[in-house]
Amino acid sequence: MTALTLTPNIEIADDFYADLLAAHETLSKDESDAFNARLLLILANHIGDRVVLSEALSAAAKAAGPR
Amino acid sequence: MNKIFEVPLYPYERSDDQVATRPARHKVIVIGAGPIGLAAAIDLAQQGVEVVVLDDNDKVSFGSRAICFAKRPLEILDRLGCGQEMVDKGVEWDVGKVFFDDRQVYEFNLLPEEGHERPAFINLQQYYFEKFLVDRARELQAEGAPLDIRGRNKVLSVTDHGDYVGLLVDTPDGEYRLEADWLIACDGAGSPTRAMLGLDFVGRVFEDNFLIADVIMEADFPTERWFWFDPPFNRGQSALLHKQPDGVWRIDLQLGWDIDREEEKKPENVIPRLKAMLGEDVKFDLEWVSIYTFQCRRMEKFRHGRVIFAGDSAHQVSPFGARGANSGLQDTDNLTWKLKLVIDGLAPDTLLDSYDVERILGADENILNSSRSTDFITPKSEMSRILRDAVLDLSEHYDFARPLVNSGRLSVPCTYDGSPLNSADALTGGPERTRPGAPCPDVPLDDGFLLRALGDRFTLLTIDCDAPEEIEEGGVTVTRLALTTANDRSGLLKERYLGDAPSAVYLIRPDQHVAARRTEFNEPLLRAALRRATAQEATQ
Repeated sequence: MTALTLTPNIEIADDFYADLLAAHETLSKDESDAFNARLLLILANHIGDRVVLSEALSAAAKAAGPR
Repeated sequence: MNKIFEVPLYPYERSDDQVATRPARHKVIVIGAGPIGLAAAIDLAQQGVEVVVLDDNDKVSFGSRAICFAKRPLEILDRLGCGQEMVDKGVEWDVGKVFFDDRQVYEFNLLPEEGHERPAFINLQQYYFEKFLVDRARELQAEGAPLDIRGRNKVLSVTDHGDYVGLLVDTPDGEYRLEADWLIACDGAGSPTRAMLGLDFVGRVFEDNFLIADVIMEADFPTERWFWFDPPFNRGQSALLHKQPDGVWRIDLQLGWDIDREEEKKPENVIPRLKAMLGEDVKFDLEWVSIYTFQCRRMEKFRHGRVIFAGDSAHQVSPFGARGANSGLQDTDNLTWKLKLVIDGLAPDTLLDSYDVERILGADENILNSSRSTDFITPKSEMSRILRDAVLDLSEHYDFARPLVNSGRLSVPCTYDGSPLNSADALTGGPERTRPGAPCPDVPLDDGFLLRALGDRFTLLTIDCDAPEEIEEGGVTVTRLALTTANDRSGLLKERYLGDAPSAVYLIRPDQHVAARRTEFNEPLLRAALRRATAQEATQ
């Protein structure tokens, strides 16, 4: 069993996704990269648990599509 | 200006050894009269071990160099008899400020933990540090300690003959030969000894240049550590301002890799940079300028037969976190008591292999920490810069991001977990920080501090528990230090040494690291722990 939640868990997922796009709407590529980095760090701190964070790093790496 | 690094501190004097018909044999020869070599020699001499220090120079180091000395090295210097001079002269600081771009993002206070005799850190120029060590060496000599410092004695060759080491030494009066039972090489990052023996020194080179400038100014800057990431006066790079004694300020400016080092060092190029940083109106004198690059690396082993490496000759780190001289002093602290026991025939020479195990653990910890600081300060990729900048931006607004800001993780001593000298922890409920392998934390006592009372011998520390005053095992004597929580007014003895345990017995090594601990005194187990701590019995 993994500690990381990889099943649907976001309330009203479409709304969240729209919020995420909206947050980036007026930003340049550089600003967006910086925004993503800040968001990532805020979420990582909220999670805190190193096991969950490690699993999230692996899960993200594993899901890379063909390039 | 009278600079102490311009006066010979240990001028060349002809030694009788130079005209001897057969090479003179010494117990220990130390190569290098820098901070680490001098500390090794003082430690040995005050325990009665005959030692000769050879240095190709005759002065203290030029320029401030190492400037930040941490609590543990100061405690070691107390044991060597010269901690007070360092603390009296040094500058103490607690407050640090972090700047990003053109603004201060946050301020921190180190809030040093209560109940220690020594401060968390002092700033002190390396030349003072070396001078106080030489003063202490002179004091020991006056008391008749077997210590000799030979300036302008340059070692030309080193040969390990198995049962002794042979040296060829050059002096203003020509060459002569010496022999030593043991050789300690404290001859710095570029160690000629290491090269002469053809030994490895591998690791990671960081492609960057830093300009270090010591300036003397009458300025109102407070005694704080200021660190800038990407400031307007040094775009895309970092900067550090730190105070030293005598109105001297250390300024570190990152320059990047692709520069002309000789050009950058010229005052006409340095001064405008400093003015941009300090302000056009601030008056200052440039005392010393240097440009350095750095590496993080270590030897595969520090002990090679009868030749033992300590300090930068064995391992090198980036300067972030003040882990160079600080870890070197922990090397000699670890080494000298072991060497003394081996020389006295009270322990097998395999005890010295534990120096390798324990100090390689320390070196790896330092290399890891200083590499991480370097990666934060000088991001190596676009994404690492984006993440670094995100941390800094967040740190201005949210506490959580501040521990991620890494402008140097300041040196703390290594706990020798897993050392073959440790006995298994048998103090149920005992504090984590004083487990076997840990350096003893200080505690205020009725009449002073614990570490002073421990000194430099094996000690049986008993807390609320009975034990013999003295135990001898194979020629090694352990002396009891009996403490009780009845007069532990600060409560720190209980907090740091008992935890939830009702009583405790600690076996403490001469370097003030814990070898074993349990709830009650048990003679056979204590004797076994002592044999283990002196490499006379395999680990349990």
